[in-house]
Amino acid sequence: MSKKQKKMLWRILAGTALLVTASLLPLEGIPKLLVFLVPYAVVGWDVIFSAVRNIKNGQIFDENFLMALATVGAFCIAEYPEAVFVMLFYQVGELFQSYAVGRSRQSIAALMDIRPDYANVERDGSLVQIDPDEVAIDEIIVVKPGEKIPLDGIIIEGSSSLNTVALTGEALPQDVTVGNSVTSGCVNINGLLRVQVKSAFGDSTVSKILDLVENASSKKAKTENFITRFAQYYTPCVVIAALMLAVVPPLVLDQGFSQWINRALIFLVISCPCALVISVPLSFFGGIGGASKCGILVKGSNYLEALAKAEIVVFDKTGTLTKGSFNVTALHSANMDEKQLLELAATAESYSDHPISLSLKAAHGAIDKSRVSNVEEISGYGIMADIDGKKVAVGNGKLMDKVGASWHECHKQGTVIHVAINGVYAGHIVISDEPKPDAAAAIAALKKLGVRKTVMLTGDRKAVGEHTAAQLGIDEVYTELLPADKVNMVEKLMQQKSVKGKLVFVGDGINDAPVLSRADIGIAMGGLGSDAAIEAADIVLMDDKPSKIATAMGISSRTLSIVTQNIVFALGVKLLVLILGALGMASMWAAVFADVGVSVIAILNATRALSVKK
Amino acid sequence: MKKTFKMIDLDCANCAAKMEAAIKKIEGVNSASISFMAQKLTVDADDTRFEAIMQEAVKVCKKVEPDCTIVLG
Repeated sequence: MSKKQKKMLWRILAGTALLVTASLLPLEGIPKLLVFLVPYAVVGWDVIFSAVRNIKNGQIFDENFLMALATVGAFCIAEYPEAVFVMLFYQVGELFQSYAVGRSRQSIAALMDIRPDYANVERDGSLVQIDPDEVAIDEIIVVKPGEKIPLDGIIIEGSSSLNTVALTGEALPQDVTVGNSVTSGCVNINGLLRVQVKSAFGDSTVSKILDLVENASSKKAKTENFITRFAQYYTPCVVIAALMLAVVPPLVLDQGFSQWINRALIFLVISCPCALVISVPLSFFGGIGGASKCGILVKGSNYLEALAKAEIVVFDKTGTLTKGSFNVTALHSANMDEKQLLELAATAESYSDHPISLSLKAAHGAIDKSRVSNVEEISGYGIMADIDGKKVAVGNGKLMDKVGASWHECHKQGTVIHVAINGVYAGHIVISDEPKPDAAAAIAALKKLGVRKTVMLTGDRKAVGEHTAAQLGIDEVYTELLPADKVNMVEKLMQQKSVKGKLVFVGDGINDAPVLSRADIGIAMGGLGSDAAIEAADIVLMDDKPSKIATAMGISSRTLSIVTQNIVFALGVKLLVLILGALGMASMWAAVFADVGVSVIAILNATRALSVKK
Repeated sequence: MKKTFKMIDLDCANCAAKMEAAIKKIEGVNSASISFMAQKLTVDADDTRFEAIMQEAVKVCKKVEPDCTIVLG
């Protein structure tokens, strides 16, 4: 509790004690009034003070004013204990509210405890500890075990495991070594690392994420705006109704004023819209916080709100649903050992940096480049090279035709690389991009959550794209698309959704920026440190797992249902007490419950949004 | 120009909404948003008159909740 809150707590306790004492004293008339004024003043002096001050500023329907009016009114009709009690409870509610809001702010701050405090920089041969802000690009920093990596960079010495849980929600440590890039905000677990800094602190991943999370709540959800607008009308309406209730019936029915004033005061007590106004943003704040706990960064309440209504989810293929790295998935040899086939192909491709060559080299391992000579790269065909005196051709079917080898297609999906030796067909190697392990489950989970259609867009060949789509259970697939075609496709799909439904596009963020911004909600596979993704998307998945989309949708629906519960509950209770109050069937106590009690319950309910099952 | 300011002692969500509405009405303000949870004010306003606009914003906020201060600069 803050100092301010503690002081308020003492005032409430003292006020309660004084109120109990006052009710026990056998006094009547003026002395009774005076005795009750003591706890009233202790608990409520600041409310009265603010009310007077705010009226001077032209704030008529201010909550302080309403409370002051209601309690002073109660004093006027000699309902002393009620007057003090209403004020006391109002203060309890306020205290609770500020405590709950403070707690949820803290828990989100703790969640985002990724800001590094210092960096160990090597300067003039010695290690100095300075603010990460003061480290320049290309300087060498040292990260000891247990320390946070302060800036993005590349490891130049040492290897270690990194704990990325604060960034990705992924509990499994990531192993890194020389040459790997590391992301600020991760915690170094065991090894000593020397890192060359690659970006200034302001541009580092950790700063970007903190900035994003801190500014998330400035983009408000529709429900939030609705409630704020509602509150603007609600309070004046209830106050006017209270005024009419106090004056009209006594005059028309020719009854005493005191009974109707009592009813009017009940109206005033209920007229404060605080429960609603606070519980809605609190829920969204909690939902966004809970999502970031799972490695899902949501850039605004509006996106969290919209996500639950996702109707069409469009995926990019490579890097989103698939790993984005090619692997050798099959070796079919015509007349030699399979290992030998791979060795020949990898050796022939050893001078190339093409992704295919890299994957062959990765599959084979170390290569003796001295065996290769006369390498000729024929664009659109493949590679011809002399290996151990033999003419080796590695490439597509066209190259095989060219060298006169009789080749055949492969039944396996993927990119097929044929090999011929001295014009004789030797077999082929299939390489393909594998789906991410959770991709199929991710699609199934989305279907379960009510997504009507899943679509995959890819620049890849028809056969490959359709095979992947079938493998993952995607409804529609469009292949051989250029980046511009993807935007057109998304435009077309946008017309197929219902009025309230939303179209979500999920991409890896590298060349999807236009599509990400065209869709209702753009989700990027952030990958650690991909700036483009963090900037272009509305939601960023820090660990690149497509299954997190369903998690995010779950959080979104849960948050929305908490918001709806609160709105229905708070308005329902208030309306009920207003009606009963007008009919003279509700007491001041009921009104206090409708105000403070509802507030407390709504806030407690809202804080549930923060707790997310992983 | 769009800038974000920290707010201190912003205690009431309804007041935050009122301040936001009041700041939006200041001439030259394109958009304004107060996040009660983050205790932050984001203002998008005319470059040339930004400072004068912020002075005005501080004034209207004081009217709604005198205890609350906006940290300028």
